[in-house]
Amino acid sequence: MTDITKEALMPPRSFLSQDAIQVFYRLLAALLICAVLAVLSDSFLSLGNILNVLRQASLTFFIASGLTLVVLTAGLDLSVGANVALSACIAGTVIHKTGSPALGILTGLACGGLVGLLNGVMVTALRIPSFIATYGMLWVLNGLTYWYMAGETLHGFPAGFRQIGSGYLFGLPIPVYLLLVFLGIGTFFAQRTVWGQEIYAIGANPVAARLSGIPVARRLLLVYAVSGTMAGLASIIFLSRLNSAEADIGESLTLPAIAAVLIGGTSLFGGVGTVFGTFIGALILTLVLNGMNLLSVSANWQPLVTGIIVILAVWLDMKTRRRAQ
Amino acid sequence: MSDALPIEVTSPTPLLELRGISKEFPGVKALDDVSFAVYPGEVHMLLGENGAGKSSLMKVLCGAYRADAGEFYYNGEKVAISSTADAQKLGIAVIFQEFSLVPYLDIAQNIFLGREPKGRIPGTIDRRRILADARRVLDTIGFDIDPSTTVDKLGVAQQQMVEIAKAISQNARILVMDEPTAALSDRETELLFALIARLKADGVSIVYISHRMAEVFALGDRITVLRDGRRIDGVKPADVSPDQLVRMMVGRNVDMTYPRHFAEKPGELLLEVKGLTASTGISDINIEVRRGEIVGLCGLVGSGRSEVARAIFGADPVTSGEIIFDGKAISGEPDLAARRGIALIPESRKSEGLALLRSVSDNLVVSALKKLFPSGLFDQRSAQRTADGLIRQLRIATPSARQTVGLLSGGNQQKVVIGKWLAAGSKLFIFDEPTRGIDIGAKSEIFALIDRLVAEGAAALMISSEQIEICHVCDRAYVMREGRIAGHLTRNELTEENIVRLGMHHA
Repeated sequence: MTDITKEALMPPRSFLSQDAIQVFYRLLAALLICAVLAVLSDSFLSLGNILNVLRQASLTFFIASGLTLVVLTAGLDLSVGANVALSACIAGTVIHKTGSPALGILTGLACGGLVGLLNGVMVTALRIPSFIATYGMLWVLNGLTYWYMAGETLHGFPAGFRQIGSGYLFGLPIPVYLLLVFLGIGTFFAQRTVWGQEIYAIGANPVAARLSGIPVARRLLLVYAVSGTMAGLASIIFLSRLNSAEADIGESLTLPAIAAVLIGGTSLFGGVGTVFGTFIGALILTLVLNGMNLLSVSANWQPLVTGIIVILAVWLDMKTRRRAQ
Repeated sequence: MSDALPIEVTSPTPLLELRGISKEFPGVKALDDVSFAVYPGEVHMLLGENGAGKSSLMKVLCGAYRADAGEFYYNGEKVAISSTADAQKLGIAVIFQEFSLVPYLDIAQNIFLGREPKGRIPGTIDRRRILADARRVLDTIGFDIDPSTTVDKLGVAQQQMVEIAKAISQNARILVMDEPTAALSDRETELLFALIARLKADGVSIVYISHRMAEVFALGDRITVLRDGRRIDGVKPADVSPDQLVRMMVGRNVDMTYPRHFAEKPGELLLEVKGLTASTGISDINIEVRRGEIVGLCGLVGSGRSEVARAIFGADPVTSGEIIFDGKAISGEPDLAARRGIALIPESRKSEGLALLRSVSDNLVVSALKKLFPSGLFDQRSAQRTADGLIRQLRIATPSARQTVGLLSGGNQQKVVIGKWLAAGSKLFIFDEPTRGIDIGAKSEIFALIDRLVAEGAAALMISSEQIEICHVCDRAYVMREGRIAGHLTRNELTEENIVRLGMHHA
């Protein structure tokens, strides 16, 4: 048959998977930024600064890693920042009232997870587009948090609890260990589990996924619950690091997390991307901000630069992907 | 069998004449040297099976497709129709089955969309004039309704009237109607027929596509039959019988046989559907499929075949009735049906069957993940091995299992869709148009594969618009009409004529 011979002669276009290629380019970009910063600033390569970058990147990464799974299914979770705020305030209250950090941590994770689950229910059972469902949830959570806190600030937590966000172990900040652990778990979940494969399949074509026998609704519930739980985890780190909680702490978290996901190469159309890419995305984002600080560029320029990087990264992705199709 | 020109001439020059129209798509000759003439004030019936070329001809006529070869004559003068604007200038208007009205605008705005009379202030519409103009157009077609009613409040028949009014307001002289009565009640159909008579009297010509025999004889002044993209004959209703028309539509058997070992006696009952009704328009469906059988499900496009397949698979909600699979009742989402051993190979493999941007391997194992990796831990290498096995078994032409599935040819993509259910170990395979858009070589490979599946104890329910395939491949077949099972044909009764006869609307 002619088409068989024709295709047999065609070179395989994917020696390396598309994902691997994209992660590779991103690592290259991150290294390039490092090299430039190392030349421009003496203090960049100091151990203290590098650890600082990693610690800052970790916070964005925790939120962005769960978000990556949502975006892989072609959804979006705009409520993550507001979720962090509510979870932090509730966890903080529990610690204050009971004196038990463990109980506080559990409450924070549960609160985050529950919010995520509610998002999932809105998306699957009520069929509200995720963008809108989580946007509404953002306002609901903000409202709840402001009402609950009533302008108060929670302050002062047990020293042991504060170690989570600001402590060191063998010279490395504890959040960096947590970052590595969750980078590992996230990558393993996405690449090496059946559920992870199903999430990619859903994102690539939800109709085909359903007609292939994948329980799409259940997997989406899981994904939103995970995203919420990761926001809950971020809230604990936040609380422990700042040693305080206010109603408005979440407002500056969502957009950087989305930026990290996009810079990391996960497609908003679903089905393409990796958790590791998101880590690099968070790293690039933090590196650029750090570099601007070191070079004493006004902080007012940071949003502009972030925006340009996001647009550039997505545009380059679309270009390479179109060539592959 | 036929000359290039119609035999009957009611008026010296046709209003519009098409000569030797050909239109080719990659792999298919949609229209092959078709000639076709419309005379003033006649109703010209266009008949043919699914895929005979009616829609293509219609699209060439209205400028949506550009013919590869052929000439157009308007009142005897040579003209070009290479865009919809050309067709509109010649007064050709098409009433598609899917209306192109804007639901939230009113009737008047829809009729004059893009041609609104300008108001005194630039950018505004002269509201009084548009309503008066609309009123006048509606009067000419005898449609008594307030032109300021918004279209979303109208029923199908009324929307159709608005479409016709829109066409008339553009001075249409030739009205092409694609199965205009498909969604109408008997009374609405009568009103439409009255309108057609009125338009005819005004000298408007109508090209009318229909699957209902009764209409063909009640309305038609002339009938053109198409088959496989060719014009088979042009006749007058008085000169033919319905049976003769059916034979013309079906034609002689193309030399295309798919050898098969027909089961001597069918195996045990695998699927039993009782009184199945769904909101997608199917009602009281009763079907049985036994192991070792290939059962056909035929009927016209839109008769509810795919809806039956989807309902059995759990893809659409069932309102009443029972589906018993392998001795146990089944209901719920597709993941349940898939786990029980039902496979659906959907009609549009690109949008429903495959994740195009993922690899061949990813697509081949997607339905078998639970079976291949019971622990829940996925292993890329093991998945690839399974995929390699299926690629060899199905002879899928791909450079590697890691190739993006969107880059394969249609036949090979179809094999991937079938392959994913082989990996899952399915027992019942529901094929919805398994050979659509696939070349002949790949077709016979797919049929050989289906034959092997049932020989090994699986069962197949096969939907196809190609009656010849059903006749050659199936042990027996159900024929659907308007959402119901119109009849059942055993192996001996399974002929194209019988399928067409059962599937046509006689009422």
